[in-house]
Amino acid sequence: MTVYVLRRLAQTLLVLFVTSGLVFGGLYLVGDPVEILVNPQADQEERARTAAALGLDRPALEQYWIFLKGAFTGDLGKSFVFGRSALEVIIERMPATLELAFLAMVMSVGLGIPLGLYAGLRPHGLAARSIMAGSILGFSLPTFWVGLLLIMVFAVQLGWLPSTGRGPTTEFLGVQVSILTWEGLRYALLPALNLALFKLSLIIRLTRAQVREQSLLDYIRFARAKGLKRARVIGVHLLKNILIPLITVIGLELGSVIAFAVVTETIFAWPGMGKLVIDSIFQLDRPVVVAYLLVTVFMFIMINLMVDLLYSALDPRVRIAEVKS
Amino acid sequence: MSAVLPAAEPAPQTPFRRFLEEFFESKLATLGFAVLAAIVLVALLAPLVAPQNPYDLGKLDLLDARLEPGTKGGAGMTYVLGTDGQGRDMLSAILYGLRVSLYVGVVSGIIALTLGALTGVLAAYAGGRIEQFVMRVVDIQLGFPAILVALILLAVLGKGVDKIIIALVCVQWAYYARTARSAALVERGKEYMEAARGLGLSGTRIVLRHLLPNALPPLIVVGTVQVAHAIALEATLSFLGLGLPTTEPSLGLLIANGYEYLMSGKYWISFYPGVALLVTILSINLVGDQLRDVLNPRLAK
Repeated sequence: MTVYVLRRLAQTLLVLFVTSGLVFGGLYLVGDPVEILVNPQADQEERARTAAALGLDRPALEQYWIFLKGAFTGDLGKSFVFGRSALEVIIERMPATLELAFLAMVMSVGLGIPLGLYAGLRPHGLAARSIMAGSILGFSLPTFWVGLLLIMVFAVQLGWLPSTGRGPTTEFLGVQVSILTWEGLRYALLPALNLALFKLSLIIRLTRAQVREQSLLDYIRFARAKGLKRARVIGVHLLKNILIPLITVIGLELGSVIAFAVVTETIFAWPGMGKLVIDSIFQLDRPVVVAYLLVTVFMFIMINLMVDLLYSALDPRVRIAEVKS
Repeated sequence: MSAVLPAAEPAPQTPFRRFLEEFFESKLATLGFAVLAAIVLVALLAPLVAPQNPYDLGKLDLLDARLEPGTKGGAGMTYVLGTDGQGRDMLSAILYGLRVSLYVGVVSGIIALTLGALTGVLAAYAGGRIEQFVMRVVDIQLGFPAILVALILLAVLGKGVDKIIIALVCVQWAYYARTARSAALVERGKEYMEAARGLGLSGTRIVLRHLLPNALPPLIVVGTVQVAHAIALEATLSFLGLGLPTTEPSLGLLIANGYEYLMSGKYWISFYPGVALLVTILSINLVGDQLRDVLNPRLAK
């Protein structure tokens, strides 16, 4: 187990290193940030001064080396635009993205598992078929377009919910959170729903497939034959077994929700990491882009690792297979 | 359509005919296929079908800008789906946009399929360390969501049709590689492979002529789903301003252009391109769903 975790962590370092090199090298080749940062009327001398101040006058490899040295001490460079540590800028925006991702996951799990369970238990009923048709639609709807529709209907036409921005925040465990008050939650509802829609369809389909597969197995028949109540067979025996693969997927999807927040945040002008990175790409704010990618990739690998560990903790069969290898 | 032949006329049971019959058994899939065929057709024939060439700036009339669907313009033309901020007929823009979206989706799909399938099959055939290494790379890449990988690549590459195709290929090849490998692993143990080896055929010939064709069905299933994904992803990236240049607006870019008018209630500039996108993706998914059922040997009757 320890060896496994250590090997995965070593792999993480390698992936981070490769990503940083790729992104750093690539961004170095794309355009000159100085052009964007200085006043268009600035003379040659001022440009050179700006470049020197940001360290952009040095050769690419040297810049990368300086970056790597910094990265090992947790310094991912200074944002060109904000003039502050890029990591700091990102961490500041992180709570906004995480609360959106959290709310979206709560929505998709809270609705997806019951709907999928129902569709799996009565697969031929009208309701189940409607649920499944809805989930194909949910898969096919382009997320960003749904976001526009949500704004159009609920904000512009009906005027029920605010269209863009983040509501008032309150401090919770030292972090600024907006979803704890009703006013703040109103701002978060539309973007979270937008973000949840695709995952909701996925969880519905997965739950249904699992239910259909598992309910044919012997242990369910045995539980029925023992004369257990239907509610107990479904709620305890069946649910326990379908939850194992579901937890894996939910864990992995949490990461993808964070990545997809880039789109939702841009549409709803939600001040999270995703909107920050899109703005930074356009402003050629290289350190922030690199830092965002490294932070996200790191979060991702950690989520994947935790999901794997959780999986082997939940499913005894996986543990046995690991000991053998 | 040969699929709706009356059952009384016993058709020779070739595998392809059986496949067609099973495919068109589902009404939903038949509908999806018909819609998809129609979409591809109008997209291919866009220059002939479209009421206006949306890129010919001389034809555009700024006085006709932001007209509601069904309004008659200054030159006597009726804009069925309205016009955008530059007086461009939305229907024509959508037809041309479909062309770009389909082109990007299909081309990137084909390249990714070829690259991925070759890598996957070769990895399965080679085995050992090569296989381990390739599959490790695939696993790591599939651990990240497509949009993140595409975002990284486009931040580095910049805008352009070729750039977005490269990005989509990089995102997708791993799915094909994984599918091709697992299909090839199943095939590898079968008797005809042993027979081919026993005949002393060269490795290249075995892989290309025997292994690959038999590993194809699952790849086709993944392929349809992936093309739908690619089209959606391209639209998303273009919407974010990272994909295509404004000279070749795909559906995603059209939707993005309508975004600024949305708040003032001019919904049609964003709405109809989105409907076109949705119908395209939905019909591909319906076809893909049915293909998966028909080609899945476990569900075979």
